[in-house]
Amino acid sequence: MTMNNLRKTFQEIARYPSAIVGAVVILALVGVAIYTMITIPYQKAIELWRGGEDVWFMNPKNVPPAWFNLFTAKKQPVSFVINDQQGQMTRTVKTHSDGSQSITITYTFNYAYDYFPQDILLYFKATFKAKQPFASLVWITPDGRKINVTNFGVPNQFTYRVSQDSVLQGKLHGIDPQIALFADPKSPDPANPVPLKGTYQMVVSGVTWEANSDLSAEFVLHGQVAGLAGTDNYRRDLMVALLWGTPVALAFGLLAAGGTTLLTMVFSAIGAWYGGWVDGLIQRITEVNMVLPFLPILIMIGTLFSHSIWVILGATVALSIFTAQIKAYRAIFMQVKESTFVEAAKAYGASNWRIISLYLIPRMIPTLIPSLVLSVPSFVFLEASLAVLGLGDPTLPTWGKIIDDAFNQSALYNGWYYWILEPAVLLMITGLAFALLGFALDRIFNPRLREA
Amino acid sequence: MAVAVQPEPGAEKKKSSSTIARVGRYSLTRLVILFITLVIGVYLTILIANMGGYVDVIMKAEIRANTTMSFMSSRAVQQMDPATRSKLLEAMITQEDNRLGLNTPFAIRSFRYLGNALTLNLGSAQQMTSDSGSKQVRLIILERLPATLLLMGTSELFLFFSTLFLALALSRHYASFWDKLVIALSPTSTVPPWFYGIFLILIFAALLHLMPFGGLVDAPAPTNPVDFVLNVLKHMTLPALSLILASFFLTIYSWRTFFLIYSSEDYVEMAKAKGLTSRNIERRYILRPTLPNIVTQFALMLIGVWQGAIITETVFLWPGLGRTLFRAIGFYDTPVIVGTVVIYAYLLAITVFLLDFVYALVDPRVKIGE
Repeated sequence: MTMNNLRKTFQEIARYPSAIVGAVVILALVGVAIYTMITIPYQKAIELWRGGEDVWFMNPKNVPPAWFNLFTAKKQPVSFVINDQQGQMTRTVKTHSDGSQSITITYTFNYAYDYFPQDILLYFKATFKAKQPFASLVWITPDGRKINVTNFGVPNQFTYRVSQDSVLQGKLHGIDPQIALFADPKSPDPANPVPLKGTYQMVVSGVTWEANSDLSAEFVLHGQVAGLAGTDNYRRDLMVALLWGTPVALAFGLLAAGGTTLLTMVFSAIGAWYGGWVDGLIQRITEVNMVLPFLPILIMIGTLFSHSIWVILGATVALSIFTAQIKAYRAIFMQVKESTFVEAAKAYGASNWRIISLYLIPRMIPTLIPSLVLSVPSFVFLEASLAVLGLGDPTLPTWGKIIDDAFNQSALYNGWYYWILEPAVLLMITGLAFALLGFALDRIFNPRLREA
Repeated sequence: MAVAVQPEPGAEKKKSSSTIARVGRYSLTRLVILFITLVIGVYLTILIANMGGYVDVIMKAEIRANTTMSFMSSRAVQQMDPATRSKLLEAMITQEDNRLGLNTPFAIRSFRYLGNALTLNLGSAQQMTSDSGSKQVRLIILERLPATLLLMGTSELFLFFSTLFLALALSRHYASFWDKLVIALSPTSTVPPWFYGIFLILIFAALLHLMPFGGLVDAPAPTNPVDFVLNVLKHMTLPALSLILASFFLTIYSWRTFFLIYSSEDYVEMAKAKGLTSRNIERRYILRPTLPNIVTQFALMLIGVWQGAIITETVFLWPGLGRTLFRAIGFYDTPVIVGTVVIYAYLLAITVFLLDFVYALVDPRVKIGE
């Protein structure tokens, strides 16, 4: 193709709005993929995704993204953390003559939401030699009520969860503490209390008994919404997996589509050119391959051999080379083989490989490009399909695996729609973008199908 | 499939040979080749399903663990002396290995599997049982077949005929609004059926509570036969709809393009010039020459029904063959895997063989074995 031809092709593509939409979306996805790989390197992504409670303790479980509040009149509480880096926290230390200290930590926050939070947690850290420091917690509501929450000796590390405190629940007339602490005492319907809006305070009064003994704590409120993508049942921010799913999906789709299309073409060109037993062998392999059921074989390879995405990719390409497509390409090559310019090449003594690579294969490019682009979505969805069957790569977070996780937790039944919809919408956008571009390219390169 | 006349190496053109001899010779070569293909295909499946023999190692370890556990939990055993106990345990493990044939080398066993598979002697499953409690692979498959045939058969038949007729109608109204709409919607078919399934479950089951989330019938199933049928139909609606949605527009689009190519042939123009009714033109000049392709697609569609839809059945918890195959793979249950694959391979080979004859029947230009 000369420069002029290329420019003409681009001008034609520009005439199809669907092609432009498709191309723009694909470029955007590539941009997201590159951004992801730079900002969250592979190792970090794996660590985050497999990190568990230690990494994700600030997040509530199974909550939709924070931007859900933009579309509702009544606001769900957003999760937040108060510690010495963020939020309004004061810490005063008074040292007594006997070496003991009184430490008072006050967390102040404004609660202006229409629903109750999922939980309140305090992460305590204490240093001591023999005697545990002692802490007592007091809750101050906007209308000035003081509620003695609890008191206990603090070990080296301790997590206090308001929702798990049955003594406190008893004190609060059996109502769940995370509700009772926020409930407006003047709620119109006491059975369905509403939260009291305003400034709340949690005061931790601690006493340490030894010199060099210390007590600190972090305050975390688990709301009903969190982050840009929400969280799953392990409190993980789905954004990590959504972002990392992009390069994985694109790489799998493009590599599988490219590998399959190119290898199919090369094999059919070789078969058509050499003929004889080479052609016969390729035809027989194709027939055997068509007897093998594609998806069950892939599932067997995934179950029995390896879950690694690269093994699955290799198997997918290997199984997709010798299909009906190779017969279609062969038919075209048989025609090209008889054309005069191939005769001319033979006459000047071109080698077999020269004819295949310089005369036969370039003639296929117009057929090739649309079918390559069109086959990308099916491979992207194939990766997701295998993940939905539980055969996803165990290390990588992918879109398909989010859907699989969601299914395993009965997300649709439990109403956690965001969990399935986010990866599903991304998959669909990716598939449709390639489909739109592919269909347009098909009409440009194969004018016989062109619409009026 | 498009190439109807396939010259085979042995079939030289002899003008003197009678049609019967020609057809006979062609059929024989064709059958032999198809059979060899089938044998290789099935043997490869057996090798993959056994991981080239590695599944034996997994199964032996599993047998050892399970036998030891059930053995040790028995009270009588705890009173034996250690030597007798371990001897008895080893004997039980060997017996279990022998029952599953694990003590014969895999290379020999693989050919025995092949022979059994080819003679459709499907044997008994290693782990799975049918709902009636049988371990016979034949019964396991037969038990699941109706569910798959019901779901896949209904949706595929509907898909086949509706798209064919709509495409024919569209090819008459080239570049009309509906034509453009179908073209615009054809990229929707890049999305697989289970994916539509998710959205359909979300809308009709989770949000609107109109349809069940999955399964074949309610539990407990209605006792009244009429209610039972209605209940099954209700459960079938969403999976069938997702199977149909996933290929509806693209199928119409490709049939319509196909018919358009045939309606621009000179003889169609000629027929139009003669003033034949469009109904007649369609029947005699468009459908007739495209019949081989339509028959091929129909036959391949029927074979496809056999395999079931693994993922769609899994998403909708539909107790069909696809889900059984998926579960069998999870259990390393080779007999069940090979059983489903060999039946599929036979159906495919027979269909491919018969299609050549069907071409000759519906298209007078095609002669078998020429």
